[in-house]
Amino acid sequence: MSIFPPPLARRPRFAVHKFSSCDGCQLALLNLGDGLLELAERVDIVHFAEFGAVDEDADVDIALVEGSISTPHEIERIRAVRERSKYLVAIGVCATSGGIQALRNLNDASAWTRAVYAAPEHISVLDRVAPLSAQVRVDLELWGCPVNAHQVIAAMHDLLAGVSHAPSRDKLCMECKRSGNPCVVVTEGLPCMGPVTATGCGVLCPRHGRDCYGCSGPAESPNVAALAARLRSLGLSRPEVAQRFLSINSGAPEFAAIAQHSDD
Amino acid sequence: MTEGHSLKVNVPLLARVEGEGALDLDIDRGQLVAARLRIFEPPRFFEKLVEGRQVEEMPDLVARICGICPVAYQMSAVHALESIAGLQPGGWVRDMRRLLYCGEWIESHCLHIHLLAAPDFLGFPNAAAMAREYPEEVRRGLQLQHLGNEIMALLGGRSVHPVGACIGGFHRAPSQAAISRLRGRLHDAVPLAEELVRWTASLALPHARQSFISVALRHPTEYPLNEGRIVSSDGLDISIAEYPEHFAEQHRSTSTALYSLYRGQPYLVGPLARLNLNLDLLPQPVRRNLVRTEVPFPSSNLYHSIVARAVEVHYALLEALRILDDYRLPETPRVEPKRRAGVGFGCTEAPRGLLWQQWETDAEGRVLSCRIVPPTSQNQARIEEDLRLSIEAAGLDSPAETLRSRAEAVIRNYDPCISCATHFLTLRIHRTGVEE
Repeated sequence: MSIFPPPLARRPRFAVHKFSSCDGCQLALLNLGDGLLELAERVDIVHFAEFGAVDEDADVDIALVEGSISTPHEIERIRAVRERSKYLVAIGVCATSGGIQALRNLNDASAWTRAVYAAPEHISVLDRVAPLSAQVRVDLELWGCPVNAHQVIAAMHDLLAGVSHAPSRDKLCMECKRSGNPCVVVTEGLPCMGPVTATGCGVLCPRHGRDCYGCSGPAESPNVAALAARLRSLGLSRPEVAQRFLSINSGAPEFAAIAQHSDD
Repeated sequence: MTEGHSLKVNVPLLARVEGEGALDLDIDRGQLVAARLRIFEPPRFFEKLVEGRQVEEMPDLVARICGICPVAYQMSAVHALESIAGLQPGGWVRDMRRLLYCGEWIESHCLHIHLLAAPDFLGFPNAAAMAREYPEEVRRGLQLQHLGNEIMALLGGRSVHPVGACIGGFHRAPSQAAISRLRGRLHDAVPLAEELVRWTASLALPHARQSFISVALRHPTEYPLNEGRIVSSDGLDISIAEYPEHFAEQHRSTSTALYSLYRGQPYLVGPLARLNLNLDLLPQPVRRNLVRTEVPFPSSNLYHSIVARAVEVHYALLEALRILDDYRLPETPRVEPKRRAGVGFGCTEAPRGLLWQQWETDAEGRVLSCRIVPPTSQNQARIEEDLRLSIEAAGLDSPAETLRSRAEAVIRNYDPCISCATHFLTLRIHRTGVEE
């Protein structure tokens, strides 16, 4: 059974670009198995370096972009990608919120460069790590750390069929309840981030008997203050509560807002 | 071309490598004056990001260094942090960690063999083109890769940044039913892994012997994954805590990764080094299948790395089956974590080789500092040495396209993971004096 709808009149031109990231979101494609071969038949993969196609300057219909913007050169690159791509999809939280490396926005990046590298004058980084949307218009954001095959296939499915794609930003907590998992906050007192985190991962952490750590980023309308108060009542100190929010998605404004609740 | 010519060639991005780097070859008047692997993955400052945070977060955070080998980062970290706290998680946890790691080896090695390396030896630009003429071989590879992912998903929910491992063990034990389902599928795949080894051995791999030092973990009774002493082909045999006395990192202006040297020399880590140093620890079925291929190990031909990777896929599959066959539900999947001040070391065998870490924590369980030495930065000096030897052997006045494809194949033998070391290969060959 095919995972993609019937082909368009013209084979769509497709690219995957990488910016500051761990490579993990591209694996949603590289781990597709037969689906990867099918994708290669269905679209013209014109740029996807890890897959063996290199033409970064080609015009494409759909560009998937992994990673955040963290160097001056990456600003130039993402602007060029935007110009050459009809539909730009940010995949993974590095691309949508800055990802884990945005934690350095809370610190002094130049001091870190001096601490890590013996020849810091050769290292060029921006003061702040930013999501793609800080530099260019993004047509679709797929959140996740990493995004999974379901998310990417569902998006590609819609885009290839020429319809818009609108992934759910419902709360993980709700999906977890519907799945019938015992609540890890109620039964074990774990500091679960499910009430403020977006669904999409398949409720992995509660299903594995542990607390969600918010890697998929904020759900729509998260009640950060209420969860912060609940986490305090579980015995977490104020800095510990702040670190629950300021982790893999510290660059998401909804989670960054924890700073306003840290002195209650 | 005549002797004394010089050349410039530029390839802006090397394909089929994990991450982004660049390669410079400078040929001046018939002499190779430089062969440098430049790594320009933007620095992500992982070692600094984790300072001041709670140790319990570390398995989830260090996984994000690399999407292709997250388990390796998790494993080296939990071993180091448990050694500080004095935790001894016991046999069940030890087995499950081996199982998880087997899944990562199978996934990562199969991805490299089929999607990244094999197209070089069969003359295709990528795996999709290769699949049109070698459909069964590519599908077999993707099927094995998928099984590796499933092993990781059994223990961690997903294969990229799995969520199951923690300090002290695992958050949850898999059910007997889930174990049985997977066991049956792994059983059925054993012939595929045996065929894979023979197929890689049948590829037209170049004959290119070089002299180099192999470095890997060695355990008294088993092929190394999570534990062992660090040994080398020139007689080194040290505990993991002694690593800094023999290995040093340098920063060069051409790279955001740090270079590691062993007593001032390049060295090799990864599947070929591991196999060279641990051949006697392979179980009989793996050795018998390997002997049939007539590829001689220990080998000094880096192109045999693809065979070593396939051998490790076969090994990891049988080891996973052994662990699943003996599976019992534990009383508890983890020992309670403790917080203690101190310094600890973790060193495990990532798919690409030795992954060494040093952690320091305070009494409240906060990270004071850490140092992470990934496999690719350890291989970097060896890659450059290999490039120099291989390019000279190919003939410095060969056409630029020949030198370029040879250089790319050389680099891919090491499966460099530049997101880890940091990642991206742009190739530039400079032959000064002559326009190509």
